Amino acid sequence: MYRIVKKELLVPNTIYLQAEAPEIARKAQPGQFVIMRVDEVGERFPLSLAGWDEKAGTLDVIFLIMGRSTMKLASLSEGDCIMDIVGPLGKATEIESYGNVLCACSTFGVGPAIPLAKALRERGNRVISVMEARDEGFLFWEDRLKEVSDETHIASGDGCRGKHRRASEFITEHLKSGHKLDRVFAYGRVFMMMECSRATRPFGVKTTVALTPVMVDGTGMCGCCRVSVGGETQFTCVDGPEFDGHSVDWEVLIKRKRAYLREEAQAYDLWQPDNLRKIAGLAGLPERSSAV
Amino acid sequence: MNDKPKLNLERVPIPKQAPEERATNFDEVALGYREEQALQEAGRCIDCKKPGCKDGCPVNVDIPGFIRAMKDGDMPGAVRILKSKNSLPGICGRVCPQETQCELTCNLIKKGAPIAIGRLERYVADWEIAHPEAVERGGQEARRNGRRVAVVGSGPAGLTCASDLAKLGYGVTLFEALHVAGGVLMYGIPEFRLPKTIVQGEVDYVKSLGVEIRLNHVIGKIATVDELLEQGFDAVFLSPGAGAPMFLDIPGENLSGVYSANEFLTRTNLMKAYLFPEYDTPIQVGRRVAVFGAGNVAMDASRCALRLGADEVYIIYRRSLTEMPARLEERENAEEEGIIFRLQTNPIRLVGDEQGRVRAVELYETELGEPDESGRRRPVRKPGSEFTIEIDTAIPALGTRPNPIIPLSTKGLELTRWGTVLTDEATGRTSKDRVWCGGDMATGAATVISAMGAARRAAIDIDAWLKGSG
Ligand SMILES: Cc1cc2nc3c(=O)[nH]c(=O)nc-3n(C[C@H](O)[C@H](O)[C@H](O)COP(=O)(O)OP(=O)(O)OC[C@H]3O[C@@H](n4cnc5c(N)ncnc54)[C@H](O)[C@@H]3O)c2cc1C
Ligand SMILES: Cc1cc2nc3c(=O)[nH]c(=O)nc-3n(C[C@H](O)[C@H](O)[C@H](O)COP(=O)(O)OP(=O)(O)OC[C@H]3O[C@@H](n4cnc5c(N)ncnc54)[C@H](O)[C@@H]3O)c2cc1C
Ligand code: SF4
Ligand code: SF4
Ligand code: FES
Repeated sequence: MYRIVKKELLVPNTIYLQAEAPEIARKAQPGQFVIMRVDEVGERFPLSLAGWDEKAGTLDVIFLIMGRSTMKLASLSEGDCIMDIVGPLGKATEIESYGNVLCACSTFGVGPAIPLAKALRERGNRVISVMEARDEGFLFWEDRLKEVSDETHIASGDGCRGKHRRASEFITEHLKSGHKLDRVFAYGRVFMMMECSRATRPFGVKTTVALTPVMVDGTGMCGCCRVSVGGETQFTCVDGPEFDGHSVDWEVLIKRKRAYLREEAQAYDLWQPDNLRKIAGLAGLPERSSAV
Repeated sequence: MNDKPKLNLERVPIPKQAPEERATNFDEVALGYREEQALQEAGRCIDCKKPGCKDGCPVNVDIPGFIRAMKDGDMPGAVRILKSKNSLPGICGRVCPQETQCELTCNLIKKGAPIAIGRLERYVADWEIAHPEAVERGGQEARRNGRRVAVVGSGPAGLTCASDLAKLGYGVTLFEALHVAGGVLMYGIPEFRLPKTIVQGEVDYVKSLGVEIRLNHVIGKIATVDELLEQGFDAVFLSPGAGAPMFLDIPGENLSGVYSANEFLTRTNLMKAYLFPEYDTPIQVGRRVAVFGAGNVAMDASRCALRLGADEVYIIYRRSLTEMPARLEERENAEEEGIIFRLQTNPIRLVGDEQGRVRAVELYETELGEPDESGRRRPVRKPGSEFTIEIDTAIPALGTRPNPIIPLSTKGLELTRWGTVLTDEATGRTSKDRVWCGGDMATGAATVISAMGAARRAAIDIDAWLKGSG
C-alpha cells in the first residue's frame, strides 16, 4: 500500500498527487512512469513521473480525470492508500548536452516536463519551455516551469496569454524566424505531440515524444502498448515511452487508444454516482474530456 | 506383494463438467476423483520392481511410493512422499503434460492403459487441502543461518527455489513484477484449468516459511541484479520466465481487437475482465474469434474466448493434427466445447475497418512438405487456396521470448542466441558470479514441472556454494 501524502486540485480536471514510494523515488529518472492499481478490482494504468524526492521517499504525479480509474484515484484523500504502484518503468530520457532545447508541454505533460527541463539544464543545455493550455483557467505550475527553464512561454487556446494558440505554432514561428533548436521534447496529449512533430519536421529538428498507448502490465509481457515507429512494432513500456516523433505512426496510436471507448463509458457511468459524491469536495468537475 | 496381481486395463475416467455447461463458466473443468475412484485407479498400479514412471518425471517423484501409501490408507504418508520431490503437486497434477512424461513411461503403457498418475497426484494434493491438520506442513520458519538470497520472479521456478532455500535456513526475498505472485500460474493458465485458490495456497505456504514476497518490484528497474548483490544478498536466483509475446509479423497486426495471447489471458485471468464492469479492466471478444497457433496457450485463449461469449472460435494452425503441440487432453476439451479447428491454414493479413478495428483475416491453405529443422513437416502455400473469414478478434498465440529487462540491466550475464540466459543445466549457474537462473528464462518456454526441477537443482547448488564460500 502506498500512502497519499499530498493532494491538490490544480485546475478543474487535473489533480496533483504525492505518494509514499521510497524505493521508486530512489531510482526514478526523467522520462519514466509508474503503473498504478487503485483498489482490488482496479485496472492497471500508467502515469508519468512529475517529480520525486529521494530523501522524503515520495513521488509526484499529475493526472487528468478521464474515466473510471483516474476518477477513482481522484476520489482518494490525503492519508488514503493506493493499492499498487510499480515503477520506475520505461527507459529514462537521454539527457545529453544538445545545445538549444525546447520543451513543449500541455495538460499532464507539464508534470514530467519539469524534471526533464531541470536535468537538461543541469547538463548545460539552454532550455526554452512552452506550455500550452486551453485558457487561463487551465494554466498551472507556470512558476515551477520558470524555475527550471531559461525562457518560458505560454500558448493559450483562447489567446489569453501571448499570441500563440498552440505550442506547435510557437515552434514553427521560432524556427522560421531563424532561431536554432537542437532538440525538441513534447509531452502531453497525443494531438499536441503530433502537431509539434509536424512543426519541427521541415526544419529537421529531432523531436522526442512520450507516447501514451493503453497498457496492462507495463513490463513487456502483454504487447498491448505496441506502437508502430519507423515501420517497426515497438512495445512502449520497455522500448519507450519516448520515441522519435517523426517516425511515429500517429494513426495507429490514436486508433488503438480509442479501442475501448464503449467499455470506458460503461465503466465510468457505472461508477460515477458514487464517485461524484466522494469527489464533492473538489470544485467544478468538467464534462468528460475526450480521449486524444 | 508377491502374487502377481491381475492387470486391470480400465483407466478410471475423471468426472468433468459437461461441455455445453462448462463453456459458459470459468469453473474448473475436471472435477477430480472421488475417494472410491481414486482408490480404484491406485489399485491398478502394480508397484513395479523397475517403475518406468519415475524416470519420466522431471523431478523423479516416488510414484509407486505415494500410490502404495494411498492403497494402504495412509494419506498423510502419500502427501509426504509426493511433496518430498514435488512441492506443488496440486498444480502439477492438473497441468503437467503427463502423457509425455510419467504416464508415457509407466510400464502399463505397453498394455495401453498407463496409471492416471496426474489425477492421483491431484487427488492427494486436494486431500491435503481438505485435511489441513492431518499433515505437518512444516510451515514454521527454519532457523536462520544469516545468509540472504534474492529470488527474481514468482512463477513455479521462483516459488520452488524460495521455499527450498527458506527450509534450509536462508533469508529469502522473492521479488515479483506484478501485483500478485504466481507467474503464469496466475496470469496465464485459466481458472477453469487451475483454480487460483490452489496457487494462492502455495504462495501462502511459501510465505509461511518466512519468505518475504515483495510485489510490484521489477528487477532491473527498481533495483538491478548488481544492486541486489551490493545490498547484501549473497546470491540471486533469476526466474523471470519468458513472457514477451511474439506476433505473426503480417499486415494489420496493430489493429484494435488484435491481442497477444498473453494480453488476452492476462486481462481475463489476472485482471478478471470476465467480471467487467464489476472489475475495471475491459476486454472485447465479439462474435467470431480467430486464435493463431495450436499449443497449450492457444487452447487456453480459445477456450477463454468461448467463455467470454464468442459464438465461433477458430484455432488456425498451419500444420496438421499430428504436429499439434497442445496436450491431447486440452485439445479434446477444446473440441468438445465447440472450438473449430482450421488446420493447415495460415494467415496472410488482418483487415480492419475505418476505426482501425480488425474485421477479417485473409488465409491460405497449406500442404505439408519435407520436415524442417524442427523435425515437423514444413507447411507450403497451396496455390489458389486463398480465402477470407470475418472476425471480431484475433489472438496470435505463437509463443513467447525472454523479456529483455533483466538481460539489458545486468552486467556480465551471458545470453544464448535465443535471448535466454546461458545456464548450466545441472546447477543453474550462469556466467555471472553469485547469480543462478532457472525456469523458462533458462530454457525458453517449457513446463511447470521442468521449471520447478531446475529451481530445485539450483537451490541445492546455491546452498552448497554458499556453504563452501564460508
Ligand atoms: C506511459 C504513459 C504515461 C502516462 N502519463 C499520464 C500522466 O502523467 N497523467 C495523465 O493524466 N495521464 C497519463 N497517461 C494516460 C493515462 O494512463 C490514462 O488517462 C488513464 O489510464 C485513463 O484511465 P481511466 O480509467 O481514468 O479512463 P478511461 O475512460 O478508461 O480511458 C480514457 C482514455 O485513456 C486511455 N486509457 C484507458 N485505459 C488505459 C490504460 N490502462 N493505460 C493507458 N491508457 C489508458 C485510453 O486512450 C482511453 O480512451 C499516461 C499513459 C501512458 C501510456
Ligand atoms: C497460457 C499458458 C498455459 C500453459 N500451460 C501449461 C501447462 O498446461 N502445463 C505446463 O507444464 N506448462 C504450461 N505452461 C508453461 C508454464 O506455465 C511455464 O513453463 C512456467 O510457468 C515457467 O515458470 P517460470 O517460473 O520460469 O516463469 P513464469 O511462470 O513465467 O514466472 C515468471 C515471473 O517472473 C516475473 N518477472 C518477470 N520479469 C521480472 C523482473 N524483471 N522482476 C521481477 N519479476 C519479474 C513475472 O511477472 C512472472 O510472475 C503454460 C504457459 C502459458 C503461458
Ligand atoms: S510431477 Fe508431473 S511428471 Fe512428475 S509425477 Fe507428477 S504429474 Fe507426473
Ligand atoms: S510404472 Fe506404472 S504401474 Fe509401475 S509403479 Fe509406476 S505407475 Fe505403477
Ligand atoms: S503494457 Fe504490456 S507489454 Fe507494454
